[in-house]
Amino acid sequence: MGHEECRAACLICMGLVLVLSIFVGFEIISKVPARLHTPLMSGSNAVSGITLVGAIIAAGTAGGILSIILGTLAVAFATVNVVGGYMVTDRMLKMFKPKSDKENVCR
Amino acid sequence: MPIKLLINLVYIVSAVMFIYGLKLLTSPVTARRGNFISAAGMFLAVIVTLLNGDIIDYKWIALGIIVGGLIGGFFARIVQMTQMPEMVALFNGFGGIASLLVGTAAYLSLESYPLFIMSTLFLAVLIGGVTFSGSIIAWGKLSEVISGKPVLFRGQTILNASIFVVALMGGAFFIASPANGYLSLIGIITFSLILGVLAVIPIGGADMPVVISLLNSYSGIAACAAGLAIGNNILIVSGALVGASGIILTNVMCKAMNRSLYNVLFGGFGAVTRKTEAAFQGDVNPISPEDTYYILEAACSVVFVPGYGMAVAKAQHAVRELSDLLEENGAEVRYAIHPVAGRMPGHMNVLLAEANVPYDKLIEMEEINRSIASIDVCFVVGANDIVNPAAREDTHSSIYGMPIIQVDRSKTVIVLKRSMAPGFAGIDNGLFYKQNTRMLFGDAKSSIEAVISQFKAV
Repeated sequence: MGHEECRAACLICMGLVLVLSIFVGFEIISKVPARLHTPLMSGSNAVSGITLVGAIIAAGTAGGILSIILGTLAVAFATVNVVGGYMVTDRMLKMFKPKSDKENVCR
Repeated sequence: MPIKLLINLVYIVSAVMFIYGLKLLTSPVTARRGNFISAAGMFLAVIVTLLNGDIIDYKWIALGIIVGGLIGGFFARIVQMTQMPEMVALFNGFGGIASLLVGTAAYLSLESYPLFIMSTLFLAVLIGGVTFSGSIIAWGKLSEVISGKPVLFRGQTILNASIFVVALMGGAFFIASPANGYLSLIGIITFSLILGVLAVIPIGGADMPVVISLLNSYSGIAACAAGLAIGNNILIVSGALVGASGIILTNVMCKAMNRSLYNVLFGGFGAVTRKTEAAFQGDVNPISPEDTYYILEAACSVVFVPGYGMAVAKAQHAVRELSDLLEENGAEVRYAIHPVAGRMPGHMNVLLAEANVPYDKLIEMEEINRSIASIDVCFVVGANDIVNPAAREDTHSSIYGMPIIQVDRSKTVIVLKRSMAPGFAGIDNGLFYKQNTRMLFGDAKSSIEAVISQFKAV
């Protein structure tokens, strides 16, 4: 394959990944019950911290001082999301208790 | 095996772990494990990225991770459950600014400027900027740093539209002459930040569940655009998942308010739609904590209906204590949860979970409405619009058609309320004038504690 064809294949591939992920996302997340919507939001906040991966590349590889500064800031922000998001979600989910100890049925 | 291939293979594993983690979130029993698996997937993705041979300098990465990790960990520990909406809003904003920064840094290190990369960079920066400033405003409104009232002025929509068009024009310049796009990039960032502020200021406090959900979605879309720009599959997958999640939640919230997204975003609910509504006939019946005790003591089925007021008064623990006493007394106690009660999706569930209420006692709106006529006492704690019968009865009301918890159909309703002030929608609530309604005035927490002391006195 020539360089151009390769790039086109790459774009198609990313497009495919995008479309399939959207479908998977809709399928799974529409099944999350309302009672778990807050943990879903904080958990998906943590997942959107995946920008960290892009930020690491920007902070570690780029030549210019400006892009290193921007990259480092991005690493910090994204890490807040990842660490804070997963920890607070765990804190919440830990509180969700099943079964009541007591079961009264109205007379 | 070349390291780039290994990295991409591990990204696939991470993506699978994110998806599986979300799948486990569909049940409270497995949710915690799901969150852990998702976190492990994230850890894997980050570690393998650090192995990237192109990385020449680790000290800045380490600095960013340490600072971010400490801040994130600190807030995750100290945040109170009543403050979750603020925290999620702030985190949405951080996701947005991270995408904006990654997009900008990626532009600075470009050697050639293909059309596709330039366009996706533009989107990452634009959406990231709107998400950031919009989320900061949402955070300000939720934490009451700024007023939660909608800010509306003449020509607002036209102004917003023009700024959006200017930002798009900046994008066109940026893409058309990428080699010296610094100026247009600075312009895009500035306008995106202004746009985010202007988009959120007209939205009032009780519409925040919609706004947070939408900003959550934006933060995912921004990450997705950044992923397309730097050709990174894991960013695309995760961004799309978060984007989908936010859109689903936005839709659920809009349905629960019987309003379109357009109406929420541009309507400025409560500020412009206030109509003169029929004055209510009849008197309000106040009740003392002592009489409340007598009613509750005799009840054999009690349903608590919590709203944002419960979060404000931090009354969830008192509610739980009262419900324990009622159960000891032989009553069947449950909680009816409206989808938009509180300031974010699922807000009430988390507060009650914090107070150790088992989740199988929390009943969704449709289900409780089916049997509500046989309930002895509905105990409304800091909720107003979500129990307003005008939604069913008054075709002129601005909330007409909104699904509500029909407490007025139960045998007795006790409403805990600070005063007779109307709820967020700015409309009077006919529920307070109904014959089967009793008003227990005062701070929700102190009122419940007063009732509890009546129980204990016996």
